[in-house]
Amino acid sequence: MPSKFKCVVAVLLLLIASPAFATLNVLACEPEWGDLVKEIGGDKINLYVATNALQDPHHIEARPSLIARARNADLAVCTGAQLEIGWLPLLQTQSGNARIQTGQPGYFEASRYVVKLEVPQQVDRVQGDVHPAGNPYIHLNPYNIEKVATALSARMVQINAADAAYYQSRTQAFLTRWRQAITQWEQRAAPLKGMPLVVYHKNFSYLIDWLGMKAVGDLEPKPGLPPTTAHLSALLATLSATPAKAIVLSAHNDPRAAEWLAGHAKVPALTLPFTVGGNPRTQDLFSLYDDTLSLLLAVGK
Amino acid sequence: MLKSNLVAAAILFAFASPVRAQDAELAKIRAEIEQIKQAYEQRIGALEKRLAEADAKAGKAEKAAANAEVAATSVANRSGENAFNPAMSLVLQGTYARTSNDPDKFQITGFVPSGGEVGPPKRSFGLGETELAIASNIDPYFRGVAIVSLASEGGASIEEAYFQTLALPSGFIAKGGRYFSGIGYLNKLHQHAWDFQDAPLPYKAFLGNKLRQDGLQLKWIAPTDLLVELGAELASGDQFPGSDRNKNGVGGSSIFGHVGGDIGASYAWRTGLSYLKTSPRDRSYVDTDSLSNPVVNSFTGSAKLWVADAVLKWAPNGNSTHTNFKLQGEYFRSTQNGQLTYDDSAGSGVFGALSNQFGSRQSGWYLQGVYQFMPQWRVGYRYDRLNFGKVNNGIVLNGTGPGAADFPTLAPYNPSRNTLMFDWSLTEFSRLRLQFAADKSRLGATDNQMFVQYIYSLGAHRAHQF
Repeated sequence: MPSKFKCVVAVLLLLIASPAFATLNVLACEPEWGDLVKEIGGDKINLYVATNALQDPHHIEARPSLIARARNADLAVCTGAQLEIGWLPLLQTQSGNARIQTGQPGYFEASRYVVKLEVPQQVDRVQGDVHPAGNPYIHLNPYNIEKVATALSARMVQINAADAAYYQSRTQAFLTRWRQAITQWEQRAAPLKGMPLVVYHKNFSYLIDWLGMKAVGDLEPKPGLPPTTAHLSALLATLSATPAKAIVLSAHNDPRAAEWLAGHAKVPALTLPFTVGGNPRTQDLFSLYDDTLSLLLAVGK
Repeated sequence: MLKSNLVAAAILFAFASPVRAQDAELAKIRAEIEQIKQAYEQRIGALEKRLAEADAKAGKAEKAAANAEVAATSVANRSGENAFNPAMSLVLQGTYARTSNDPDKFQITGFVPSGGEVGPPKRSFGLGETELAIASNIDPYFRGVAIVSLASEGGASIEEAYFQTLALPSGFIAKGGRYFSGIGYLNKLHQHAWDFQDAPLPYKAFLGNKLRQDGLQLKWIAPTDLLVELGAELASGDQFPGSDRNKNGVGGSSIFGHVGGDIGASYAWRTGLSYLKTSPRDRSYVDTDSLSNPVVNSFTGSAKLWVADAVLKWAPNGNSTHTNFKLQGEYFRSTQNGQLTYDDSAGSGVFGALSNQFGSRQSGWYLQGVYQFMPQWRVGYRYDRLNFGKVNNGIVLNGTGPGAADFPTLAPYNPSRNTLMFDWSLTEFSRLRLQFAADKSRLGATDNQMFVQYIYSLGAHRAHQF
């Protein structure tokens, strides 16, 4: 009897002890966080990325595959700042997963760890689809990636203490490579200072801020509204006064408006990858920055 | 002379050498000054550069501080009693309707009237449903949602008011209160989220537009990569096809299962099967007999419904911003068994109240496709069809009492409808729709309908239901 009792106690202790995962199930909302999770977690994570670089994260629906993945996730890594407001809350309430509810360790909001640009003084939908907490596209400033990586690593250690040493060593290795890469990028990008650009949507604001470039106009009349002919004509007039070096858009934007303006203003339209997977050359965060800088520098010449 | 010259020269020389020496010293001093000047210029230059960098940093810090200030004020606004205010949103709807038949005389011939507001909107301009939704997390364990519909004639009706769990283990979600049943596909969606102004005919005929339950729901999501969702509901069953029973126990129950996933990056699908069982008691409707006198028919027995649903969505690479397509269809099978009471006491009083067995096996289905062909613009087409099936009306089969003509609503007929719609959504918060339909719900004249509808939502961002 006592040995059986000991057995039961042992089993109970195992059950209440902090769980040691063979692999951590992670749901990343966007591809940039998916790559960051891979850098930190290596092969000890089971990753699913909810969106790809060819999708506008605003228009995603809580489709069945996302609900199933959210149900199984130990950690959800998302941008926050209302970027996923149309579908992430549904994933939380419809997945039956207590771990990824807001406020739980299994819910990681990357934008909380960085200083956000373009925080609106007044929030009103008359200004278009504005984000009350500020611009959510934080991943195009490498210092933001550094901050998020540190916080994400700490969170993964908190959730899965068994693999803490593994996560921490991988994070250190990543941060060392990343900081070296930042120095190189900043050197390479020196000619881009002050470069005026027209952007499709305000999703390149962090890149422009980091490299000291200037956004002289938007193809969208207001955030979230598709370009109109009237607005494009007005933009053309603006460009004759303050010329731009390039028109910049993401892989998921409709290129027609940019091509029209490019033809009339005699300025190249540049499709930047914007996030990991945006074109065949950008398969991780390092190549995302490398390729973005290469494309911008090629225009600057 | 020479001596004085010599002396003069010597004196001059005496002065000259120190001058030359002074020159050399001057040159040395000048060189030193040059050096000092250069050194100071270098240092000043370095200081200026540092000053410029510090300025830039200060500029950045100022910007960050400004952002932080705005963020802080918004945080400050969130302290105090209003900090936990729920998310609120409001939907405004209205229509302009043109129908060739009188909307008040709307009827789905061949099917027991469901009592819901299933007819077309009133003619000319009319206010649709104004819907207020309030939702918030209650505590770490529960979330609460209330959706109230403010009717155009006045009065508020509660569409949904429920709590649901957030922290049950193993993929369970429990919900309690009043909620739209999880059977089928369209049932969970509110009217403003529909792709057409009105519900498909099977929903009108078998569920009175939609089924709402007062009771409990338990859902389980399987730990698989394919979505497998199973659910069960226990409810009062007081909505059509059930009725208000004044009886202990469960009046209506349902079970449903849904399976869904992705095919590549461009397709997402979901399919499901549901079963609803209700036990109506004295579920009555008003009809007319063959002499146009009012008759009250009431049914007591069991009413069961099977629903099979399927949805397929396509968007290039899963990006629905520019173009996308949605194909949706559901099939209903309804079975009723029990007692029907025919009572013409309020009308002609010829037969009084007669009771006999009543059984029916009827079905219906709809199929619709909606295609967004450019940003903001969509076109949709829907075909509805109901099958009269088999209706065994014991009162009529008896032969001695009322005949088939005394049950005009249950005349054998297969209603159908064709609907075409265009909608224009400037943003996801504002939508205008133009809809045409040839509605053959009622035996006799086809109703040619045209609706212009507006749907505006304000407040908290609503969810993108699949």
